[in-house]
Amino acid sequence: MNTTSCGSNLLFSRSDWDFGTLSRAFDTIERDALEELNLDIHPVQMEIISSEQMLDAYSSIGMPLMYRHWSFGKHFLHHELLYRKGGRGLAYEIVINSNPCIVYLMEENTMALQALVIAHAALGHNHFFKNNYLFKEWTDASSILSYLDFAKTYIARCEERHGLSAVEDILDTAHALMEQGVFRYRRPPKRSLEKQRQNLRGRLDYEERSYNDLWRTLPPAKGESPADENESKIAERRKSLQLPEENLLYFLEKNSLILEPWQREILRIVRVIAQYFYPQRQTQVMNEGCATFVHYTVMNALFDRGFISEGAMLEILSNHSNVIFQPAFDDPRFSGINPYALGLDIMQDIKRISTAPTDEDRDWFPQIAGNGDWRGTLLDAWANHRDESFIRQYLSPALIRKWRLFQLSDTASEPHYEVASIHNERGYQQIRAALAHSYDIGANRSDIQVVDVDLLGDRHLRLEHKVTDGILLEHSSCEATLRHIRKLWGYQVSLVGVDGHTGAKIYERVSE
Amino acid sequence: MPIFIDRRLNPKDKSLGNRQRFLRRAREDLKRSIRDGIRSGKISDADSAQAVVLPKKGTDEPRFKEAKNTGRREHILPGNKHFSPGDRLPKPGGGAGMTSSPSTDESEDDFRFVLSREEVLDLFFEDLELPDMVKLNLKEILAFRPRRAGFAATGSPTNINVGRTMRNSLGRRIALKRPKRQDIDAICREVAELEAGPQTLIIRERIAALKTEIERMKRRQRLIAYVDPVDIRFNRFEARPVPNANAVMFCLMDVSGSMGEREKDLAKRFFVLLHLFLKRRYDRTEIVFIRHTHEAQEVDEETFFYSTQSGGTVVSTALEKMHQIVSERYPSSEWNIYAAQASDGDNVVADSQRCIALLDQEIMRLCQYYAYVEIIDERERHIFGTTENGTSLWQAYSLVNEKWPNFQMTRIAEATDIYPVFRQLFTKQVKARTN
Repeated sequence: MNTTSCGSNLLFSRSDWDFGTLSRAFDTIERDALEELNLDIHPVQMEIISSEQMLDAYSSIGMPLMYRHWSFGKHFLHHELLYRKGGRGLAYEIVINSNPCIVYLMEENTMALQALVIAHAALGHNHFFKNNYLFKEWTDASSILSYLDFAKTYIARCEERHGLSAVEDILDTAHALMEQGVFRYRRPPKRSLEKQRQNLRGRLDYEERSYNDLWRTLPPAKGESPADENESKIAERRKSLQLPEENLLYFLEKNSLILEPWQREILRIVRVIAQYFYPQRQTQVMNEGCATFVHYTVMNALFDRGFISEGAMLEILSNHSNVIFQPAFDDPRFSGINPYALGLDIMQDIKRISTAPTDEDRDWFPQIAGNGDWRGTLLDAWANHRDESFIRQYLSPALIRKWRLFQLSDTASEPHYEVASIHNERGYQQIRAALAHSYDIGANRSDIQVVDVDLLGDRHLRLEHKVTDGILLEHSSCEATLRHIRKLWGYQVSLVGVDGHTGAKIYERVSE
Repeated sequence: MPIFIDRRLNPKDKSLGNRQRFLRRAREDLKRSIRDGIRSGKISDADSAQAVVLPKKGTDEPRFKEAKNTGRREHILPGNKHFSPGDRLPKPGGGAGMTSSPSTDESEDDFRFVLSREEVLDLFFEDLELPDMVKLNLKEILAFRPRRAGFAATGSPTNINVGRTMRNSLGRRIALKRPKRQDIDAICREVAELEAGPQTLIIRERIAALKTEIERMKRRQRLIAYVDPVDIRFNRFEARPVPNANAVMFCLMDVSGSMGEREKDLAKRFFVLLHLFLKRRYDRTEIVFIRHTHEAQEVDEETFFYSTQSGGTVVSTALEKMHQIVSERYPSSEWNIYAAQASDGDNVVADSQRCIALLDQEIMRLCQYYAYVEIIDERERHIFGTTENGTSLWQAYSLVNEKWPNFQMTRIAEATDIYPVFRQLFTKQVKARTN
């Protein structure tokens, strides 16, 4: 360790950075974080970019490579406008879940800020990406960049061959269905063509072997009406298409009769990218919380050991407290719960519970209260949870009191809100459950699935929207999206809204 | 040890392709926005970089969205101060943000952004096929500008080239062995020294010899001039023709009561086009606005387009005014003069002859180009569109049109006519010239 007693062992003394200082800072921070918190990270690749390039990265959803589409241009102009007017600062960094983990640092950052950002992104986010089960299972960090490269060149080639507007049409429709383009509950089926054929052959073999002409001569059973037969046919059909299917893009890609191969490939690209980002959306609080916890802990440790001067530490703390600022609900600045603040607070609370628990904590968290191993507890939480389960598991009454959380019921038909629960004995469970639920993206996103289509008949594609809590779809955007689906499907498309509990039909929309 | 990559020097405009695609997508809206801008803005600003407002509508990205005003939701909010379970809070009327659920959507309302000059022109001329227009060749009056072209032995004293003159003088002095002043001075000093010393015979003889030498040298110096007229050289200038880079555009418009908003708007668009066109051709363009009723005034742009004046219609007053301004401020040797006249064709009957005379004898000789645009009612188009019949002014100008190839006249009934008409005006002239 670099703890020579003579002279200062400051990592940096000026606010300007250079590559030597950055490299030294990274080495110290990395060593400290790995020792202090037992982090486990991908190798890091740091790229210095200008603010202009940061805007570029913003507009292509944070990825270093992206295919071209007008909507990214629109987002760029939008961000640029906000930035130029000073309405919004730019992020200090962008981190990409890849192996090696790519961290973008803005050249405008001061050295203190660079150190903070390195601890935050290159270690905090990096650890989370590498160890959280969702990312492990769903994303392939080592291949995403080469996949994006493929996507970019593929789409550029399509543009050359089929014209800009044809490609744009497909991308528009695919983007409209991006949210319905992920597998929420299962892995995509990965059956090879060969295996599929084998299965089919086996089944035919079996049928041949067990064929018995006698079955044909049996009279139809009494009471079996043609309607039942029809129903069983539908069931058969749905089974063969593996319906219901929640991933609309997947279904259209595999089953649409009018798409060209290149169009299917584009749908696939959009779907793969949507799936890649799905874990990030489910772990926002944890991801940011983890990164914030890491930078806060590491920076304080470095300060205690004299690696960082007081002035730099003040700058770091000032930035830190800006990031975790959480205004109350009646503050004009309030715009929802700040994931950085919530994540960090729960994680610090976990540390408190495992080192200095109260009686209440022992009641609520018998398994971790007072175990003394806060590092292990946190590593376990980071690895095995997503936002919803994390909050459901670890939001403590103490934290609910500290945040003074309360639950507000909002029924559209009534002229008032009702306070459902507050931070008291009876409210803790409910608030925790409701907050966790609000982070469950799978449950909150409108549940729209393909339920039926008769490929041999009129090919009418039937979608079903399971309405939960009476929340309907906005009319105009729904119509427009249906039109997009119709473009991909080529035949009639209808959307039926049914009540999630009773199954009663609420509305029906048909796109001709 | 991490890997560092410095990306700052990478090309910046990574998103340029996306920007182009977006502009293409929003083309219709942008075009409308630019046209509106041109209608309300100044003519001379028409091709500058422009901030345009883009309505959200054309470029939204639909997806299944939850309707805000349906169903039941539970919100968890921080910062409870005095609520207890069962409290009821009235909903804010305008749906203020206070209880909105944490949303990640960004509000993307109509937003403004700046288009570069090229993008503006592209959009403005999109269906106007600018490249063809640029190819058109207008005749240009040549002006002469003196340019240095070597040296001459004659010229005016102000053009003496001192360096060259002194060089010649030095050469001549060396060749003719003109005695130098310091040589004479040296001998004079020697004489003075000798005279100061003891006077012997030899010395006196020596002094006398030196004095004659001084005399001789001084005489020679007088005979051979320091600068002789043969040495003198003058800068020589040659008058070289240069293309005239200044243009002035006269906008003449009838502002009497019969010209309504529609007519003025059409006229303005025509003026804008002509101005853009001239601006691309010439280094410097100026615009003069002349409005007329029964009398003509030179006014600023604002007044020209937006104030009305009552009165009769005497077109020749405007022509006279123009002639007067040209002779006062814009000599035709220095300026390319373009004129565009917009009118609804009304004129006092007796005045048309005077107009013809003015144009024929004075103005057409000064003008590079004169365009007359008659703005007619849409309903009149099918009556007048093809025939040579028309208003009194039209008939009068037809005579001028026959005589002068750089006089053009046409009718406009609606905005879509303007560009074809504009194009036709210029192509026609090229044909006339090649014939």
